[in-house]
Amino acid sequence: MLQIEDLYVEVAGRPLLKNVSLTVEKGETTILFGPNGAGKSALLSTIMGFSNYKITSGKIYFKGKDITEAPINERAKMGIGIMSQRPPNIAGVKLRDLLEIETHKNLLNLEEMARSIDMERFLERDINVGFSGGEIKRSELLQLSVQRPDFYLLDEPESGVDPVNMAQVGNMIRKLICNKKACTSHDPERKASLVITHTGEILDYLDADKAYILCNGTVMCSGNPNRLLKEIKTQGYDECIRCKMNLTQIQ
Amino acid sequence: MAENKSNAKDKETAERISKSLDKEAMYGGHVDLKLYHIPDESIEVKKMTDLDSIIKSSLTNVGISADGNAGGNFLMYNNKVSHRSSAQEGLEIMSVKEAREKYDWLEDYWWKLVSPEADKYTARSYMEDSDGYFIRVLPGTKITSPVQSCLMIGSEEALQTVHNIIIVEEGAELEVVTGCLTHDGVQRALHIGVSEMYVKKNGKLTFSMIHDWDESVEVRPRTGIRIEEGGLMTNNYVCLKPAKSIQTNPSAYLEGEGATAYFNTIAVAHPDSVLDMGSRVFLNASHTKTEIISRTITIGGEVISRGDIIGNAPEVYGHLECNGLVLNENGSQKAIPALEAHAMDVEMTHEAAIGRIARDQVEYLMTRGLDENEATSLIVRGFLSAGIEGIPEILKEDIDDIIKKTADAS
Ligand SMILES: Nc1ncnc2c1ncn2[C@@H]1O[C@H](COP(=O)(O)OP(=O)(O)OP(=O)(O)O)[C@@H](O)[C@H]1O
Ligand SMILES: [Mg+2]
Repeated sequence: MLQIEDLYVEVAGRPLLKNVSLTVEKGETTILFGPNGAGKSALLSTIMGFSNYKITSGKIYFKGKDITEAPINERAKMGIGIMSQRPPNIAGVKLRDLLEIETHKNLLNLEEMARSIDMERFLERDINVGFSGGEIKRSELLQLSVQRPDFYLLDEPESGVDPVNMAQVGNMIRKLICNKKACTSHDPERKASLVITHTGEILDYLDADKAYILCNGTVMCSGNPNRLLKEIKTQGYDECIRCKMNLTQIQ
Repeated sequence: MAENKSNAKDKETAERISKSLDKEAMYGGHVDLKLYHIPDESIEVKKMTDLDSIIKSSLTNVGISADGNAGGNFLMYNNKVSHRSSAQEGLEIMSVKEAREKYDWLEDYWWKLVSPEADKYTARSYMEDSDGYFIRVLPGTKITSPVQSCLMIGSEEALQTVHNIIIVEEGAELEVVTGCLTHDGVQRALHIGVSEMYVKKNGKLTFSMIHDWDESVEVRPRTGIRIEEGGLMTNNYVCLKPAKSIQTNPSAYLEGEGATAYFNTIAVAHPDSVLDMGSRVFLNASHTKTEIISRTITIGGEVISRGDIIGNAPEVYGHLECNGLVLNENGSQKAIPALEAHAMDVEMTHEAAIGRIARDQVEYLMTRGLDENEATSLIVRGFLSAGIEGIPEILKEDIDDIIKKTADAS
């Protein structure tokens, strides 16, 4: 589904991502761990194609096609969907204005979709303007549920979400990724995803297949998500460095 | 020039006012009045539905429907009244000249909010004894269906001079949509519109004006508004189509406790056009309130956004907001907000921001599959519509058209 080869990325003229290689197979749920400032969001933004993130070398392939230079909307049309960590406010543009473009095309019932995630009354609000942390997540999810991508980039879906809403957000993500059917790991019917998490809460809702740890802009190790999370929780990210040795073996 | 009551006093007044026929306006570039003449052509229709189809379709561009279902209609073609009708009890619609014949008391409202000597435009309008609409709502009457008024220039190199009076009597409510436009094929013209609006105690007036001129038309509206105790005026001004120059700076005088005035402007400056637009509000009684909001875009023209709030009484509130986007390197934006207080306990604020479309907003929308033009147009449309709540659907389409043009041009 996604293949990143030896990627180098600059932000504001400063090298940020170095030598990043990772793959997400069809139907795979992939987790991305890493300390604050490691470059996780930058990696997701680069995959999506945001112009702030300049690729200086390396390649990104999606569904077998080289998308390294593709514009954002083309990537979206190919099936990549993102839940951004900090989406911008768009004053004067109602959430409905944006969503109706897609729902009209595909004859979807926007009202019903919004209701299912308690977002009905946000349809008339300006996009993200004054949304609380949890509301932003739900708004992003509503947008994704209208968009129906084949590959989900989720940036800390649980951050800012209270425990009650977490169940709703978690189940919603599960439903989207599982394509409504019951799903287990490596189910080819399942949508692929690359999910950033610090707490791992989202793992309660997804059967994750694989995890990568990103430190200082580079992939330090990969492995079983639950095992890596446990290690991070007990030993911190220092383990990264040691684990780097084993990376070549896994790949 | 029509039937002036020719007594000595009138002659004296006329002589005095004619001294202002060369007086340049404070703002806006020079307009040579000699280039324009008052045309003879006029039309007259019994019903709006009798209008020819070309005119009818032009009217829809300024939010006016000729289906005859409006609560009231007024149409002026060049300098003569073509049609007037009221479909509602308690709503009077006639030409100001007719009204002046009918009501002696109209003298108290006649050129009282706009001075004929203000500049050469007002002086000329006065000297031409201009006609225009008279719209009055009787006390306590709430007009439910909006009144449409339409000022149309039908001749090349025409000078259109108009004098309008609106009176919303005590406790009455009125909504007026005014469309100003040129007939297909008219390129050069000058429009001078003098409007005097009176909102009495607890009265409510919503006045929306939509302009649709041509690239070489010059426009000089002159507006005065008086609002009494508890009265409310909402003024919406929309100008998205090209014009050579527009200079307007309506003044509102809030004379009674708790009177309120809202001004919303959305405008697009096309290449080579100059839009000098402002609003001036005098808060002359306590607890009066105003908000002046403007959203302007330049795609190559010059925009000057003025706003003046003058607090002359205690415990007044005023807020000014000018937002401008520059979408073309040849365009310019200038925001000139001004606040003045001559009393204690006033609260007056202003915000002005000029910029470009934020890249992160465009890209965010692109992640949802919109292409760059679609994303830009959605953002620009949002930017403009934030200036006017409940913008009519037909205008949204206009805005979209303009944005498409912008995207093509840039
Ligand atoms: N547009 C930008 N301009 C300047 N610096 C940037 C920009 N985007 C990211 N950075 C910097 O790059 C580094 C990585 O940022 P990134 O957002 O990818 O971190 P992260 O791994 O997602 O961290 P967190 O867990 O805190 O979300 C940070 O030091 C950040 O300040
Ligand atoms: Mg991040």
